[in-house]
Amino acid sequence: MKLTKDKVRLGQDKVKHVAKLANLPLSSEEEEKYPEQLSKILEYVEQLNKVDTSNVEPTFNVSGQSNVVRVDKVGECLNQEEALSNAPKKENARLQTPERSDGGQGFFVTKGVFAE
Amino acid sequence: MQKSKLQIKNQNLTELTLTETLRALEEKQFSLEELNKNYLERIEKYNPQLNAYLHINQDNKKIPAAIKDVISTRGVPTTASSKVLQGYIPPYDSTVINRLLENGISIIGKTNCDEFAMGGSGENSAYGPTKNPWDINKVSGGSSSGSAVAVAADLCVFALGSDTGGSVRQPASFTGIVGLKPSYGRVSRYGLIAMASSLDQIGPMTKSVEDAALVLDWISGEDGYDSNCINSKFQITNNKLQQGVKGLTIGMPKEYFGVGLDPKVEKVIKDAIKKLEELGGETIEISLPHSQYALAAYYVIVPSEVSSNMARYDGIRFGKDRESIGQEVKRRIMLGTYSLSSGYWEDYYAKAAKVRALIKQDFEKAFANVDIIVGPVSPTVAWNLGEKMDDPLTMYLSDIYTISANLAGIPGLSVPCGSSDGLPVGLQILGKQWDEETILRVGYAYEQVTGWHNKKPKLDL
Repeated sequence: MKLTKDKVRLGQDKVKHVAKLANLPLSSEEEEKYPEQLSKILEYVEQLNKVDTSNVEPTFNVSGQSNVVRVDKVGECLNQEEALSNAPKKENARLQTPERSDGGQGFFVTKGVFAE
Repeated sequence: MQKSKLQIKNQNLTELTLTETLRALEEKQFSLEELNKNYLERIEKYNPQLNAYLHINQDNKKIPAAIKDVISTRGVPTTASSKVLQGYIPPYDSTVINRLLENGISIIGKTNCDEFAMGGSGENSAYGPTKNPWDINKVSGGSSSGSAVAVAADLCVFALGSDTGGSVRQPASFTGIVGLKPSYGRVSRYGLIAMASSLDQIGPMTKSVEDAALVLDWISGEDGYDSNCINSKFQITNNKLQQGVKGLTIGMPKEYFGVGLDPKVEKVIKDAIKKLEELGGETIEISLPHSQYALAAYYVIVPSEVSSNMARYDGIRFGKDRESIGQEVKRRIMLGTYSLSSGYWEDYYAKAAKVRALIKQDFEKAFANVDIIVGPVSPTVAWNLGEKMDDPLTMYLSDIYTISANLAGIPGLSVPCGSSDGLPVGLQILGKQWDEETILRVGYAYEQVTGWHNKKPKLDL
């Protein structure tokens, strides 16, 4: 299959769309610069098309390990205070999330996972 | 007279390798307190200009190691050189840190690097570039820039770095130290801030090959927290390390000596290989036919895995929000999100994974006939600061000889082997999967007869 969908791989519209998918705020300067920079890299990686891989199985992992499990034993783990120690916003041992779409406040509750 | 004798001793203290330091401590030639005092004095004197450390532990008690700031350290700030993690203090230690602590090592400081280990020059740090001690106007290499410079400038006894596409070996080469990327799965990644999870490996950065072998012995081995980590610990006896090169077959891939390799670097590398022949190795030319596609495969696989790993930075559980992410990291998130998005996965990630399989097979075929593979670490020596900052593709091309080892999961060693225009050059020695022993053995034999690893930069800052 051919990689190229169009000549300019990532136009400014596409850049904005991808940034939205990635939840990535871009500056206007980045929106200017990225179409060319990213398209150049995509053009470079498209040389992969020259390689015949019709009878090749993909390699995703090179450690040769599979189905590794460890002994299911209760051990030390972070307590609630430690687990929340880096949270920018917290209230009553809960992580505060951004505002909900209805304007209410959301929380992640950690109790139960980290309760001492 | 007594005083001046002590001064000379103190001056040399920070030049000692890890192995020598351990011996000297055992012989009570100096105390741990003196050792730390000397290192901290040097750090105070030289770090402001070299910018190797982001955080310094003024109260260090044990043998001082420098740790790349992508490795989590309990109670010690860990930023990954990013604004996103400014102020982040991990509540737990990485497995490698636990292993070092068990062996009498402690952390003298956390080292600068490219943001989230993405970059090959050390310039992508949110806290300013690391400078090369051999020439303050040159890059130090990256991404483990601060760890390399801390070792090269004698600001620590040894360091840990991480290598996803050459980030231990390339800065080691640019600063004239030893850098080892172990086989994927040899060292636990638990606590390492993930970049590209199918490629990341933590490795030693040291003043000698012997030191690299010892540190690998300490940090390797099974870990219930990383299921890719194998259960056989790396161990090497002095006898095995000192076995020499005689009888080994050395492969020289013709693809590693082609267009793009600086002729002066090529000469240094060829001289080093000649030395290995003098030591009794037999060289043959080999081919790794798919290596020309390695970089393309790498720059699909890495951004894809990056975009997935970076999704955790939401500013809710820890860290700052996504506004604070730096340029190169943003570029990779964009590329990865694009190539993993609906309709493109087959074309990009799956295609790259198939090419990766072919690259791995190239090595398996080559290693049926040779014991090790040698070549340059980097096509050039360290370049000027700022030179490649606005041209990401050119920057990526400088990783051309190191990334294949990560794609194939095999170990690679960078050993100092001379200089070009006054800047260090590293010889890369690649081995079979899980065979760190042979590459260390060759590196050890080489450094014993050449002594390049003893060369120090003149720090007249």
